[in-house]
Amino acid sequence: MSASPPAPGDPALLETLFARMVEVRFLEEGLRAAHKAGQTRGPLHCCDGQEAVGVGATAALAPGDVVTSTHRGHAHYLGRGLSLERVLGEIFGRASGYCQGRAGHMLIADRARGMLGGNAIVGGGIPVAVGQAWALQALNTGAVALSFFGDGAAQTGVCHESMNIAALWRLPVIFLCEHNEYGLTVAASQQSAVRDIAVRAQGYAMPGVVVDGNDVLAVRSATAEAAARARAGEGPTLIEAKTYRMTGFSTSDMGGYQSREEMAAWAPRDPIERAAAALGPAFAPRRAEMEAQLRARVEAAFAAALAAPFPDAGDLLLPEYRHA
Amino acid sequence: MAKLRYAQALNAALREEMARDPTVVLFGEDIAAYGGVFKVSRDLLQEFGPARVRDTPISEATMTAMAVGASMMGLRPVLEIMYADFLPLCLDALVNQASPARFIWAGQVELPFVLRTQGGAGAGAGAQHSKSLDAMVAHIPGLKVVAPAFPADAKALLKAAIRDPDPVIFLEHKLLYNSFGEVPDDAPPEPIGKAKIVREGAAVTLIASSRMVIEALAAAETLAGGGVEAEVIDLRTLRPLDTETIFASVRKTHRAVVVNEGWRFCGYAAELSAAIAEACFYALDAPVQRLGLADRAIPYSAPLEAAALPNAEAIAAAALRTLQ
Repeated sequence: MSASPPAPGDPALLETLFARMVEVRFLEEGLRAAHKAGQTRGPLHCCDGQEAVGVGATAALAPGDVVTSTHRGHAHYLGRGLSLERVLGEIFGRASGYCQGRAGHMLIADRARGMLGGNAIVGGGIPVAVGQAWALQALNTGAVALSFFGDGAAQTGVCHESMNIAALWRLPVIFLCEHNEYGLTVAASQQSAVRDIAVRAQGYAMPGVVVDGNDVLAVRSATAEAAARARAGEGPTLIEAKTYRMTGFSTSDMGGYQSREEMAAWAPRDPIERAAAALGPAFAPRRAEMEAQLRARVEAAFAAALAAPFPDAGDLLLPEYRHA
Repeated sequence: MAKLRYAQALNAALREEMARDPTVVLFGEDIAAYGGVFKVSRDLLQEFGPARVRDTPISEATMTAMAVGASMMGLRPVLEIMYADFLPLCLDALVNQASPARFIWAGQVELPFVLRTQGGAGAGAGAQHSKSLDAMVAHIPGLKVVAPAFPADAKALLKAAIRDPDPVIFLEHKLLYNSFGEVPDDAPPEPIGKAKIVREGAAVTLIASSRMVIEALAAAETLAGGGVEAEVIDLRTLRPLDTETIFASVRKTHRAVVVNEGWRFCGYAAELSAAIAEACFYALDAPVQRLGLADRAIPYSAPLEAAALPNAEAIAAAALRTLQ
């Protein structure tokens, strides 16, 4: 993996993806402040340093495609085009949220944009995605299912079962392993006998690709290639995006297990700075302008979400079943 | 009207629903070419082809989550889990994926899948192939649980389960597959959530499901010989529970015996007993009698297995206790 900037292949696209990554970063900065102010409930899982994976991979998808996310899904949500205001509404537990405040930050779904959905069971979304891909194949939709999961989830039994069935049935699914080096506090080296999860793909007779997860365009092209294979009926691909969680596991994390040296080594590879560097020095004034606009947008979304009403407690026991 | 075995009635339901709706697909272990180890899917591969009747690897956890994913994307999968004892392998998909989806995502998805399985002791299949885990699945909100005792109900309720927008756990019994009964040729689906009085009586109410209904009817015969007319309720659906039928009967007879083939402690019969005690306390002339499996793993040897199970004799004795 190289720490050098990506080739400036498509400046307009890179600028768009840069903006989306910055939006995710600003969203999370705001959420940390809101958490400190006691405005959020439960833990928050931020993706500082990993924005390029969610933003790059979702940028390669088409509207009918479907995504399963994780407990760390902000980049997946915004990458898929979910509205900041309704994501925030959900995180603040408001009726205006995507799930009327019932789901919270880890479990957001938006059927219209193919986000089905966040998942707080590590590895839980992987077999769901395989089922989604089965339906997409059986109904001849031409669409693909993309499943984000981490290096921690790669160690689960369902991950193995899922990859075997997906390859066996040539299902249109993309297994996107967001390898951020940690499963909560335990390093990947303590969880897996192999360094590269992607080598396991060989055992399922599917392609396994390692990509620089801090290079948003590289993630996007690897995903686009996997999506093309899936749409052509050639089955699943395992993409391992190497990245780094530049922050703790969640707001409940007391730290102390990520070494200063390790964090310092990854700091210059920040995907946002990498993209900015690739856009060249001429981008600097434009960046300042974009960031000011994005900052204002995020702040407005926070204000709107916080002003929205809470759901009515009486909604709790609305009929659970249609027929009963 | 035809005389069919319970397994044939289920097979007819699958065939009719598959012919009616092209989105109905079957999957499970040994269900395609072999027709299922209990032959419930016999000949369906030949009739509907390999895209709709699929053998799977031995991957219950993933298969169940696939039913969740596939059903939310437009298929109506019917999954066969060979033994109810394997349900613990399916639990993440049921408890954490299927159960919350519709409520937590505020109705954005429906999960019209059926998980068929069979349980029950009495065949000498031992501790890992004989259990009734009714309480374990009936505990989970968002699921429906059906457990027919007779071939006609097996067919009509399986048709209803396949058409239902929610996940349905369909509990069959290995000792019932060869039982005969009259089955109407083109009966409509039977509504889920309705119990049935299968024998009328005024002295005591016996409440059971699945094979225990057969035992309760035998107990009622014995009791009738002694001049005690028992009313027998076949629950047919375990969730949602038809409390209306149960409470009306108990208010009439003032006595209740509740039976379930699963473990008695924290078992399904405990829920029935509590519901009756709460709603009918002042109508009761005796404490509710609760019968279930002994607090042991199901032993292999015939006399030990028989001693662990509730049966007609025990049900009749319990009924007489309510009359003392």
